[in-house]
Amino acid sequence: MKVTAQAQTILNFFSADAVLRILGMVLVSVVLFSMTAVTDPGARFNDVGHRLMCTCSCNQVLLECNHVGCPISGGMRDELQARIDHGENDDLVLQAFVQKYGAVVLAAPLTKGFNKIAWVMPFLVLVLGFLGAALLIRKWRLRTVAMPALPDAEGSEERRARIRKDTEL
Amino acid sequence: MPVFGSFALLLALVLAGYNLVAGAVALRQLTTGYKGFLSAERLAETARRAGLASFVTVTCAAFALLWAAFSNDFSVSYILHHSNRALPGPYKFAALWSGQEGSLLLWAWLLAAYGFVLRLRHKVDVRLTAFASTILAGIQVFFLLLLNFAAPPFALTPGGAAAVPADGFGLNPLLQYPEMVIHPPMLYLGYVGFSVPFAFALGALMMRYPGEKWIHITRRWTMVTWLFLTCGIALGMHWAYAVLGWGGYWGWDPVENASLMPWLTGTAFLHSVMMQEKRGMMKHWNVWLIFSTFMLSILGTLLTRSGLVSSVHAFSEGPIGNWFVAFLVIILVVCLFTFILQRDHLKSEHKLEALVSRESSFLFNNILLLVSCFTILWGTLFPVLSEYFQGFKQTVSAPYYNRVAVPIAMMLLFLTGIGPLLAWRSSSFKGLRKNLVLPAAAGLVTALVLMLFKVRPWQDAGMFYSWVCYTLAAFVITAISAEFLRGAAVISRHTGKNIPASMFLLCRRNTRRYGGYVVHFGIVVMFIGLAGSAFNRSVEKEMSFGQSINIGPYTLVNQSNTQDSNPNFDTEYSLLDVYRGGVKQFQMSPERRFYHASQTPQTMVANHTTLAWDLYVVYEGKNPDTDLPIIKVFLNPLVMWIWIGVGIIIAGTFVALTPNLSAALIARRVIAAPLSADTELEVVQVGS
Repeated sequence: MKVTAQAQTILNFFSADAVLRILGMVLVSVVLFSMTAVTDPGARFNDVGHRLMCTCSCNQVLLECNHVGCPISGGMRDELQARIDHGENDDLVLQAFVQKYGAVVLAAPLTKGFNKIAWVMPFLVLVLGFLGAALLIRKWRLRTVAMPALPDAEGSEERRARIRKDTEL
Repeated sequence: MPVFGSFALLLALVLAGYNLVAGAVALRQLTTGYKGFLSAERLAETARRAGLASFVTVTCAAFALLWAAFSNDFSVSYILHHSNRALPGPYKFAALWSGQEGSLLLWAWLLAAYGFVLRLRHKVDVRLTAFASTILAGIQVFFLLLLNFAAPPFALTPGGAAAVPADGFGLNPLLQYPEMVIHPPMLYLGYVGFSVPFAFALGALMMRYPGEKWIHITRRWTMVTWLFLTCGIALGMHWAYAVLGWGGYWGWDPVENASLMPWLTGTAFLHSVMMQEKRGMMKHWNVWLIFSTFMLSILGTLLTRSGLVSSVHAFSEGPIGNWFVAFLVIILVVCLFTFILQRDHLKSEHKLEALVSRESSFLFNNILLLVSCFTILWGTLFPVLSEYFQGFKQTVSAPYYNRVAVPIAMMLLFLTGIGPLLAWRSSSFKGLRKNLVLPAAAGLVTALVLMLFKVRPWQDAGMFYSWVCYTLAAFVITAISAEFLRGAAVISRHTGKNIPASMFLLCRRNTRRYGGYVVHFGIVVMFIGLAGSAFNRSVEKEMSFGQSINIGPYTLVNQSNTQDSNPNFDTEYSLLDVYRGGVKQFQMSPERRFYHASQTPQTMVANHTTLAWDLYVVYEGKNPDTDLPIIKVFLNPLVMWIWIGVGIIIAGTFVALTPNLSAALIARRVIAAPLSADTELEVVQVGS
């Protein structure tokens, strides 16, 4: 009896609700942790260097430009390293590069002005898609008439055929 | 040969034109009952035969171009610019896709080949095939017009015979790699192949096809085409990784994006088509998915060949953008017109009955796939919009897609795990929660174990997404495995077979369902590999004899720096001994070539691949001041998992394409003694 009770306690602990609650807590704590900024200079060089493009018209991210003897990327990398060593924050570094090379130096649009649309649009479409689907499902469900239950004794053939059809894909 | 090739192309245009016109007239006669000079059936048959003959003539043109490449006929301007005498034989085949005109000829040839198969198999459904054949002929006419008038592959070198150089300018060095002999044809088989489901869908709609047979035919063609496109994209990724020398496999370049968009809509169709087959739902949606997939194939070609957006695939640009715009507009108008006229034919037979059901999971899966497609299209076109509104082309590169597309991909991965747990029509929350416990626990344990092994999701966005990806991967793999095991256990109980044998039988009984699960499993394995990129490391150093580089557990010691030469290229390379734990493991020799004909340099990556990581070494060139080679070493974790995942996806698709084991065979293999009705139902439910 005692063993059964213990097993029940363990099962309760691993019940669907508990598992999902723990998962939620872990996720929330991770999101909180992720709000901490990156401060290591090496990681910053890597992070900001991947937000800039090489301007030698190779269409590659600055730290991934692998042109042999590229006349541009070496100088840009040195400049980036110097600015990070000088203690400039990410925004200042990016602004300095935009002033010198133009806005095309940024590997992704900034979240300012017209460029905000680039970031907002995909998530807006996603939300609209989900909302549309939810409304559609609601409309369908309201129109659907509940199917009468199939008679169990005589209807086993039909029932079998229906299940076969319902599960064949 | 150039004259023969040009004539073959002209003849192909005439034949495809006849197929289109005669086919359309015959179908009109059949629909209206109008009697013409020839009976409608005979006219349709002549159209079909003209379509078959067009394949022969386009084949002759393709042969003529290859002949010109192999015989070094530099009087053909295209061969002059894309080949040379020292080019190795297998790469001469690349003449068919290394430039604008050749790749259009390859497209036309593959289209004619698909058409040939379709027209030969016309007895599957004579009338529907006649419609599809006529529509396909329309597409053929467009490409043959391009080849005859806008981008002729047999145009002669200006200045006549006296001006023909003794040698050609050579093939782009980037294309001189074995995979390049397979990757473009595979990708084109995918792109072009979507013409066939498009032709069937449009044809079925035009003729108000009764029943759902057309959707079965379309689904099979789509699956085959989807498989080719998947292989093409994967080969492209592998080629980029092995050749371009930047340590990555996907750069979100417009050409790459162009191949991914129809793949996403094609994937959406392969899911939602099940709702039409089983429940008679989503007919409008499915028709537009097929239309969109084909139009995205054409749009991708327009984007990358018109110079509208910048791409590293600059070799494919040319002045044919307007032709593609016109073609795209015509397709859109025809699709819209047909849809508006015939939309009442696509009325749904059933409605969705519950929010928690397999149907709704397909619906949300479709939304996520289409939003992914929209995101990629939006990112690809944003530079054009930016130029219009801001006066400059805003770059939209990997950092944008990593932030926007990756979260959507994570949601898709989550749905991949949830989908199999849901029943058709309706699932109870209680049942769903019960089925969710094990996969959720597996995900949770994985998340915690990863954190114990120093995966810090708070470190940066890449690390966070990798952590989420592995958690979801564990969730999905457990959900799929549980599905397999549950089914196999029932089969095993009734047959006495062991679990692996029961799993095999289970797959054979419902190849589509379990083949689909295998594909999902492959996708998860691929995601595991992709998420490894968050842990990539690299180090760069000038290396003289005896100097070493340390990365991860490896130490690379320079043994020699050597130069060599052959008629095609000069080469310089370093020989590096690789040590692990002080013990020599193997040698690597990264290389840099300089091709004589094209006068361009090219790196040849040295890569040592294992299940855990790739040791990827690039010879970047020599420092002109010190004359020492610059070696860059990457340690890229889990890359091999991507290629294994692709292999599993291919295997799963083959399983899904295989016909189910017949009912008679099942009965013989499964049940010796008669079963009760309930037991039989259990077997049917699990096995099917």
